[in-house]
Amino acid sequence: MGDRERRMVFVTVGTTCFDALVKKVDSPQVKEALWQKGYTDLFIQMGRGTYAPSKYSRIQVSGDATLKVDHFTFSSSIADYIREASLVISHAGSGSIFETLRLGKPLIVVVNEDLMDNHQIELAEELAERKHLLCARPQTLEETIQGMDLETLLAYIPGDAKPVVALINKFLGFPAD
Amino acid sequence: MGLDAFAAACCAIPVLASLLAVRFAYVLCRSGLPPTRPRAAGLRCLIVLGSGGHTAEMMNIITELQKDRFTPRYYVAALTDSMSLQKAQVYEKSLIQGEGEKIIKNAQFMQIYRSREVGQSYITSIATTLLAVLHALWLIIRIRPQVIFCNGPGTCIPLCASAFLLKVLGLGWSSIFYIESIARVKKLSLSGLLLYKLRISDQFFVQWTQLQQKYPRAQYAGRLM
Repeated sequence: MGDRERRMVFVTVGTTCFDALVKKVDSPQVKEALWQKGYTDLFIQMGRGTYAPSKYSRIQVSGDATLKVDHFTFSSSIADYIREASLVISHAGSGSIFETLRLGKPLIVVVNEDLMDNHQIELAEELAERKHLLCARPQTLEETIQGMDLETLLAYIPGDAKPVVALINKFLGFPAD
Repeated sequence: MGLDAFAAACCAIPVLASLLAVRFAYVLCRSGLPPTRPRAAGLRCLIVLGSGGHTAEMMNIITELQKDRFTPRYYVAALTDSMSLQKAQVYEKSLIQGEGEKIIKNAQFMQIYRSREVGQSYITSIATTLLAVLHALWLIIRIRPQVIFCNGPGTCIPLCASAFLLKVLGLGWSSIFYIESIARVKKLSLSGLLLYKLRISDQFFVQWTQLQQKYPRAQYAGRLM
């Protein structure tokens, strides 16, 4: 097979430390699964984590083929990476989730099970139930990638603050616009 | 003389205590009811910002507010969180663009001590909590907000409690709006639960219908994100 079209996977953990996810994405199994699905590049935003994935290395997968991998800690232009990506793998923070959904990118949310008060799982599962994203754990990420059919995902229609603001105005006695 | 003062105190304390109790009950009943007179424009607003997701949701509300009604705006964030205030500053600057080199005069930005940082020991927490509560009270007395917007970060609890105290003491009246974060689908956050159960918030919004069913005094008016 010839040169593939560039298809980038962007992994983001926001401002958290989520080494379990970074390690998992850096594993040969997950890289292999991504390659099989047609992705060519892997960008990892690793946040406060200490595990540094293989920077600039071309990982040998499936014979001659190579998946390009790169990583960085933080960036002020996360949105640019998401825009560029064909698939986003994210931690369960609501900021990252809604930024990705708003930009209309396929999203796999990986829940961090090491967090103490893990309410974030609620949001990821609710949105997965509504088919706006796929929800995984670090240990199930490989199977999720292998079994995913991105065509089944539904676009998320962004919310609107107007009804809330209208009720606030009404409560305060302001006339309706 | 000393005895007279003592006797006076003996009479005064129960009277004061019952007056306070009556006032407390009145404030509790009055909260959640709309103001009696139609508002003249220009309400002093206190906007409590939190970390990443919270601030994004709050800024969506602020963007929709009629700026002539909700002015001036005081933004408050935790001392350890400079990102949130930056976002608010960028937004407030965008409002006055096109009017030359005007300074932001309808908005102020302030920071507040946090009661407890992640991983802090419980013994030092007592001291820092006390400091945070006093700082919150000081901010509320200085700002005397007429409207408070908050959506979950822990810093909103001492601020809302201080505002409620001022209501009970008759030193000011504020309408407190709490909008639970979109991240809360099945359970309220600790801040949300406290403000709901203690009836400190005048209006309580949630962003998922399943939460509204669990907490009937809450309102559902769609999602912010």
